[in-house]
Amino acid sequence: MITAGIDMGSRTVKVVFIEELKVDGAPQLKWGVKGKHIMFPDELDADQAADKAFEDALKGAGITRDQVKKVVATGAGRKQVKFATSDVTEVGAGARGAVFMCPTAKTVVDVGAEEGRGVKANAEGKVVDFAGNEKCAAGAGAFAESMSRALQLSLKDFGEASLRSDKTIPMNAQCTVFAESEVVSLIHSATPKEDIAKAVLDAVASRVCAMVRRVGIEDEVILIGGMVHNPGFVQSLKVALGVDKVLLPDMPEYISALGAALIAAENNA
Amino acid sequence: MIANYGYKDGSGEFYISIDTDKCTSCPVEHACLTGCPKGMFEIITDDYDDVVAAVKQSFRRSLAFDCSDCKPVGGYTSLPCTTACTPGAIKHSW
Repeated sequence: MITAGIDMGSRTVKVVFIEELKVDGAPQLKWGVKGKHIMFPDELDADQAADKAFEDALKGAGITRDQVKKVVATGAGRKQVKFATSDVTEVGAGARGAVFMCPTAKTVVDVGAEEGRGVKANAEGKVVDFAGNEKCAAGAGAFAESMSRALQLSLKDFGEASLRSDKTIPMNAQCTVFAESEVVSLIHSATPKEDIAKAVLDAVASRVCAMVRRVGIEDEVILIGGMVHNPGFVQSLKVALGVDKVLLPDMPEYISALGAALIAAENNA
Repeated sequence: MIANYGYKDGSGEFYISIDTDKCTSCPVEHACLTGCPKGMFEIITDDYDDVVAAVKQSFRRSLAFDCSDCKPVGGYTSLPCTTACTPGAIKHSW
């Protein structure tokens, strides 16, 4: 049986197909990833974006729509996926996917483009406690992206640059708009780019950490979402949380879509 | 599940926490719906098919202002929502 999860994020659409496995002697390996696909929509029509991403994902995985028994949508635009059988919140999907990837993880930190959140999950991947920030982007990937543009660095260089700094420059602004003006002030005062990059990522980590502390930090901590690809942020988060290790799963930006696909499979079983 | 709705900004941390395990067998028939003078609560079916209370999306970014009338400065000695919710599922962080 094949099921699908589709994560309609604010920047990208992610699709994951999973299929039932029959592995003798390893009953825990019940589901395997059949295919995954990410799309950066170039137009604002969410309905079309969902359809196109799904069709492309089907082609990529070499399967037909009829073979997919159930589709569960998640993410900020989950209600706009018209062909989905049902939908789940990004909190529930993220927790399920994260625990599937790292069964020892209890604290899930999800930092996507639009929002960051802290989630405490149980061994089955069910949410026990969660907190997000509904108000602003200052604890999310879009903020880091905006600041990297202000520094005229690619996102990759931005993350790597921050690792070269050992300075701690506090960013006082809580809002992305004001933070950008703070960054401009730092540029004008000839502060090295790597120090500014670290200051920005420390600020994002500090805001994310406030949400995680609200739910409580329990070993082990797993980070999911696109910010996993930013090594500077991962380092800043470790320091902010006061932990030695943060688990970084494979295909981090697909974890919520994977969680949705798992929920589809489990509810269909 | 503890669901924290709200945000942290430069002026503080403003979260309404709802212990949804206490909602599933609500003995006061979701009194939070009428208890809140601004009607900020709604009943939803969550990801685990439990019927629980939640803060409406439209209020989640402005709790500091929306709840201010019910704080001591507004003349209340206790919050109407937490008073109405006798199982004690609702808590304010500020």
